[in-house]
Amino acid sequence: MGKPKLKEHIINREWCKGCGICVHFCPKNVLELDEEEKVFAHQKENCICCRLCEFRCPDLAIEVVCEEKTARGK
Amino acid sequence: MLNSLLRAIEKLGLSKNEIVMVSGIGCSSRISGYVDFHTLHTIHGRALAFATGVKLSRPELNLIVPMGDGDALAIGGNHFIHAARRNIDITAIVMNNRIYGMTGGQYSPLSGYGTLATTAPYTNIDQDFDVVELSIASGASFVARTTTYHVQQMADIIRKAILHKGFSVVEILSQCPTYFGRKNKAGNAVDMLESYKTNTTSIGSKAKKENPELIERGIFAQKEIPEYCNEYNKIIKKAMKGHS
Repeated sequence: MGKPKLKEHIINREWCKGCGICVHFCPKNVLELDEEEKVFAHQKENCICCRLCEFRCPDLAIEVVCEEKTARGK
Repeated sequence: MLNSLLRAIEKLGLSKNEIVMVSGIGCSSRISGYVDFHTLHTIHGRALAFATGVKLSRPELNLIVPMGDGDALAIGGNHFIHAARRNIDITAIVMNNRIYGMTGGQYSPLSGYGTLATTAPYTNIDQDFDVVELSIASGASFVARTTTYHVQQMADIIRKAILHKGFSVVEILSQCPTYFGRKNKAGNAVDMLESYKTNTTSIGSKAKKENPELIERGIFAQKEIPEYCNEYNKIIKKAMKGHS
């Protein structure tokens, strides 16, 4: 078990209400709200796959998909 | 709350057919419409009464009753204390946002002294309940408190509450930025979650000793006492003795 690596953020724009909870509590400032007040990953390279955005979203609008890296880096 | 509940259920590996969610009336009670379990959306304050009926007739099912603070403790106050006293195997989740949000921001039994609400424009003079103390005094055999900020703890506590055989109460401090937040200048949803982070602490922590104002989080009671459906079955057997 190595560090998980981000594959993608799946964001359901219809369910996102722009409350900003995920944006504020992301430890790496990966997320932002766009001009329509919907969340998007503007610095996805900084994502550490902690999935706190996914766990705190009141509307289940964001999912963090990660791939597990092995200890050998394969 | 829904998010943590679903993760708890996923971790337990329960099938959708093994779960019955019974709710009453309120913003929080709409939750039964968002899930694909057996669901009953019932009348204000009476979710626990309906759930008691379901549980007694089908004791093998897992009963989850999500309620708001007003639904659980004002309109349904008597159902709440007596379900706790009987120790029937139901998981009661009290989403405490300290206000009646759906109906327009009236003060609830959890609003607390000195707060503002549409029906308390000069501040509320009612004292609030302590849900944890009330539940323990009423006889609930599993009592816990957490917040919508502490999502990992919430999923863990809900999982334990569902596993517990007896009446479980989980109080979850929940934000209502629309009414409670706006009326009481508590800010938006983010600010309210920040306040749960700064104003709460684990049970018996050093921080609590230094600052008694902090609200404690964690499991306050967990005891094994006779469960109502089991006891009821014993009575049926006793009464049927000699009859087929």
